[in-house]
Amino acid sequence: MKVPVSITVNGKQYDKMVEPRMLLVYFIREELALTGTHIGCDTSSCGACTVHLDGKALKSCSMLAVQASGKSVTTIEGMASGENLHPLQEGFHMEHGLQCGFCTPGMIMCAADMLKNNPNPTEEEIRHGLEGNFCRCTGYHNIVKSIQYAANKMQESA
Amino acid sequence: MSYIGSSVKRVEDKRFITGQGRYTDDIVLPQMTYACMVRSPHAHAEIVSVDIAHAEKMDGVVKIFTGKDTDAAGIGGVPCGWQVDFKNGDTMKEPPHPLLVSDKARHVGDAIAMVIADTYAQAKDAAEMVTVEYNVLPAVTNSKVARADGAPQVHADVPNNLAFDWELGNPRAEVDAAIAGAHHVTTLEFINQRVICNAIEPRSAIGHFDTAYDKYTLYTSTQNPHLIRLLLCAFVLGLPEHKVRVVGPDVGGGFGSKIFHYTEEALVVWGSNQIKRPIKWTAERSESFVTDAAGRDHITTAKMAFDKDGNILALSADTLANMGAYLSTFAPAVPTWLHGTLLQGLYTTPLINVSIDAVFTNTTAVDAYRGAGRPEATYLLERLMDTAALEMGRDPAELRLQNFIEPFDGVEEEGYVTQVALQYDSGNYGPVLKRGLEMVGYEQFRADQKAAEGTGKLLGIGFSTYIEACGIAPSAVVGALGARAGLFESAQVQVHPTGKVSVFSGSHSHGQGHETSFAQVVADKMGIPMEDVEIIHGDSDAVAFGMGTYGSRSLAVGGSAIVKSIEKVLEKGAKIAAHLLEASVDDLDYAEGKWTVRGTDKSVGFGDVSLTAYVPHNYPEGLEPGLDFSSFYDPANFTYPFGCHICIVEIDKETGVVKVKRFIAVDDVGNVINPMIVDGQIHGGLAQGIGQAFCEGAVYDESGQLVNGTYMDYVMPRADDLPSFEIDRTVTPCPHNPLGVKGAGEAGTIGSTPAVVNAVMDALKGYGIHDVEMPVTSQKVWNIIHG
Amino acid sequence: MVPSKFAYHKPTTLKEAIDLLSTHGDDSKILSGGHSLVPVLKLRLNDPEHIIDVSGVASMGGIKDNEKSITIGANSTHAEIANNAALKEHAPMIAIAASMIGDIQVRNFGTIGGSIAHADPAADWPAVLLAADANVVISGANGNRTVDIDQFFKGLFMTAVGEEEIITAISIPKSAFNKNSTYVKFAQPASRFALVGCAVAVANADGYVTEARVAFNGVSATPFRDGNVEKSLKGSVLNGDAIATATASVADGVSIMSDHFAAENYRKHMAGVYARKALSALA
Repeated sequence: MKVPVSITVNGKQYDKMVEPRMLLVYFIREELALTGTHIGCDTSSCGACTVHLDGKALKSCSMLAVQASGKSVTTIEGMASGENLHPLQEGFHMEHGLQCGFCTPGMIMCAADMLKNNPNPTEEEIRHGLEGNFCRCTGYHNIVKSIQYAANKMQESA
Repeated sequence: MSYIGSSVKRVEDKRFITGQGRYTDDIVLPQMTYACMVRSPHAHAEIVSVDIAHAEKMDGVVKIFTGKDTDAAGIGGVPCGWQVDFKNGDTMKEPPHPLLVSDKARHVGDAIAMVIADTYAQAKDAAEMVTVEYNVLPAVTNSKVARADGAPQVHADVPNNLAFDWELGNPRAEVDAAIAGAHHVTTLEFINQRVICNAIEPRSAIGHFDTAYDKYTLYTSTQNPHLIRLLLCAFVLGLPEHKVRVVGPDVGGGFGSKIFHYTEEALVVWGSNQIKRPIKWTAERSESFVTDAAGRDHITTAKMAFDKDGNILALSADTLANMGAYLSTFAPAVPTWLHGTLLQGLYTTPLINVSIDAVFTNTTAVDAYRGAGRPEATYLLERLMDTAALEMGRDPAELRLQNFIEPFDGVEEEGYVTQVALQYDSGNYGPVLKRGLEMVGYEQFRADQKAAEGTGKLLGIGFSTYIEACGIAPSAVVGALGARAGLFESAQVQVHPTGKVSVFSGSHSHGQGHETSFAQVVADKMGIPMEDVEIIHGDSDAVAFGMGTYGSRSLAVGGSAIVKSIEKVLEKGAKIAAHLLEASVDDLDYAEGKWTVRGTDKSVGFGDVSLTAYVPHNYPEGLEPGLDFSSFYDPANFTYPFGCHICIVEIDKETGVVKVKRFIAVDDVGNVINPMIVDGQIHGGLAQGIGQAFCEGAVYDESGQLVNGTYMDYVMPRADDLPSFEIDRTVTPCPHNPLGVKGAGEAGTIGSTPAVVNAVMDALKGYGIHDVEMPVTSQKVWNIIHG
Repeated sequence: MVPSKFAYHKPTTLKEAIDLLSTHGDDSKILSGGHSLVPVLKLRLNDPEHIIDVSGVASMGGIKDNEKSITIGANSTHAEIANNAALKEHAPMIAIAASMIGDIQVRNFGTIGGSIAHADPAADWPAVLLAADANVVISGANGNRTVDIDQFFKGLFMTAVGEEEIITAISIPKSAFNKNSTYVKFAQPASRFALVGCAVAVANADGYVTEARVAFNGVSATPFRDGNVEKSLKGSVLNGDAIATATASVADGVSIMSDHFAAENYRKHMAGVYARKALSALA
């Protein structure tokens, strides 16, 4: 039996009827057609589905949509303001932090949380902070540099 | 203006960093249904019965197909695209690979039924209610065990599970005699373990039969849409090729695993015509683990013989190659023509013989995984070299330098002809090793290593100097070697009336950045801004033909096809320009987007010429309008990148934990179009190669279950498992393609694995061991130290 | 990755939650952050008919700094615990363990109540809670009861929580040993759960150990305290020699788990290594 949920995504409130068993990631991808949030595994390991829930990074495959009802979600589609890319988006572009792009949204969403709590991380802290996200293309080398780029940029403008 | 050689930021990034990439699973079609496969939980089991009666009636279920349905439709299964013959000339054993099995399951994950419903959740619910009765049989997962008499038979008509045997090189007796008489012989028996490709995007396919046009469309996460179409039409479903469109949209990494034609692709295409609705299937990760073709899985015995001065005299190698339960698309080529042919390495070894037994087991099929055969060959050679150096008391770097083939450019000097069927294009091997030694600070390292003695840490250094054969081609050669397809590439350069350019490439980008690096080539060669160039790929309705992307072939083969088309465009453009300038073609120079009459200031721009081509009012007599050319480029040879990888590990004696402290890679991939992209390819390759060495590897239990079939158990390298890489390159241009490029996609993976293991062996050299099995886990190292 | 169907309930009071549990009994599962339960549901390893989401039960949230103890509401997330000033001061190993669980994303939403109810022997909480002499507050139709942590973990994925009961809080005493405590982990490289997790809490007086609590997870199917190590340390000066003596035979007599990451002998060895690491950090 479907139940009502009301979830704000990227600033817009959505009221929908969903099955209680629907995972938040399917709500985002299928109910809202926001397909920037990806599914890379079924064990909450890969981090490709990372979004923010009330400002904190969440693996959206590990939460039911009903659990998010009344809350606010930000996805990769909500990171830029208009034409202005988020510093992390810019960093991934400038430092070649992505190849196939599949893990990228999750990486960016995770890194955004990381930088919120630690605006000036060391390389080691960045690498450790990415422990919930897999990339198979980049060897992480340029992802680290991308996050450093963003950290510097955010520090400068802070 | 020069784009070539510059680290232009990628044009494709924008859609990916803003969440607008469009992968197969992102595509939704009207009336689309969802498929969930019922898969065998057993590695080897007769299928006694399949009961769909209850499942069929469940909510939302549209249709359930079983093996009986595909059998009744006369669908034989997916074919193998490469034929290798037995040593005695018999054709390889090629048992059918059904879309849905009806007689018996031959590996965990073999599909038995496809359940189609209005939603994926409904399909999943119903799939759970399909009842299959099995008669479970003993299973075999190890290729050595599978060859023994009395082993379980994967296919009734394949005795001793031998798909084929094969050999290459000098006569075995000659090689054996040289080994027998040698001053020193290094022997290694090792396992190059099975690894799972693990592209982060799980495979996905949507089949759509459009009744209005009687036309099929397949969206699929593939590295080569046209090849999938060819196989689908000519071998699997017998569909008319002009009525089938295959689209490989954005693809989330391939690494080989998305080259092959998979059963699910054919099932959704066929099924969509049966139910007259589109069908989407997307793998869950647990399914990927048991259905994506895996990599490696060799068991090898190899011997390398030396004279008293350390010169290599001979090499023999005997390998059991696990094929899995079925022959995947290119599987037979991997242990043979992509592995045996590479055993010359960078060395002057005068006698080489390699022998392969390809073996069926009750496991998921094995096929090309990043490097495909060449990493296995490099592992074999480079483990032997470091082991030999240790045994003979020689420095491993010096031993290599001594045995390297002398430099040759392939122009003034002939290409190097190997003992194993190849002719290297160009090479200069000393400098990569010397540069690596410089970067690592070799003497300082040996001092540090000595200083660490007596502490709780062991330091080790490992070398690997490799060569690879890339730009897989030419067609005639691969055809002679058993390929059932050509291996050229095609490209169309379409100049629009306004001077903008659309390039249709048969290569397929799934992370490689073709939309950028190809555009750099086009913009430079045509003298126009990159913004005026669009690279289109991955859609068989847009791109006339293509062979796809694998084997580090895109720029060397696909890029060359683009260059050929550009040459045709400029040749015709010159005729139009000459007409407009009232000059002779021979008197024109083309540079920076305009034709100039030599020695004058009379010129006409590319845009004016393009417009004239499509508005041919004032136009050369007899010349066709338009400015649009296609080319098929079939190269003269493979390309042969090479390089040197050096790894430093630190081992904690108390725990056995191995840490990769530094990794140095000096690669020579020929000319470089975009250094940033090439570096990125190297980084990613290194991570995969290093991953195989220290953490990855499929583990099966006795019943044939994949024990580590999830990310909770299969160890993928994470950011904090790896160091930042130290990389550099030398440039030895390829002499036979117009760009001088060799290919960079696989180099990192091919070279890196043995460097790590050699480093571990160097660190553990005081413990009297001969080999350590990959992955080199802390448990294994601890066992050695405390054994 | 689709759970079986279930009905979803979201009580706002504890009483409501317990009433729902009483009604649905063993057909139901409690969900707080969902980071232990949802992964199980989506692989269909469990298919309850009712999910009772207690995240809205206000009384189950928050970390209270009391005079003699710190009460951690069962709904507290690992991140809240890792960053809690009172816990960092009075029981640092609790905050340290919390900071090592999963990853940023999991720590943001996974809860301590959910984790210990799941009772994965390789999870990080059991060892620190055992070492901390924690009490688990369990609520049911007949009110609250407090279970000593020593009596809480009953085996692989089994606890002392009854079918119609809910873990509502975990209480950590403000003791001398908790104030001087730490947690170390040798992680399974894929899941990063513990192959060996070791929590140590040591009280000293006049330079001598008056009480030592040493607990392990990951090593055995049930997390355990190692009485031999604790006894050996008591009365000693916590230095290298005392630590070496005490940890010479860690996990003796315990049934040790084995898998392809760590066989029994290696796990036992690593338990000793990590006990030494942890104790040395306090020496």
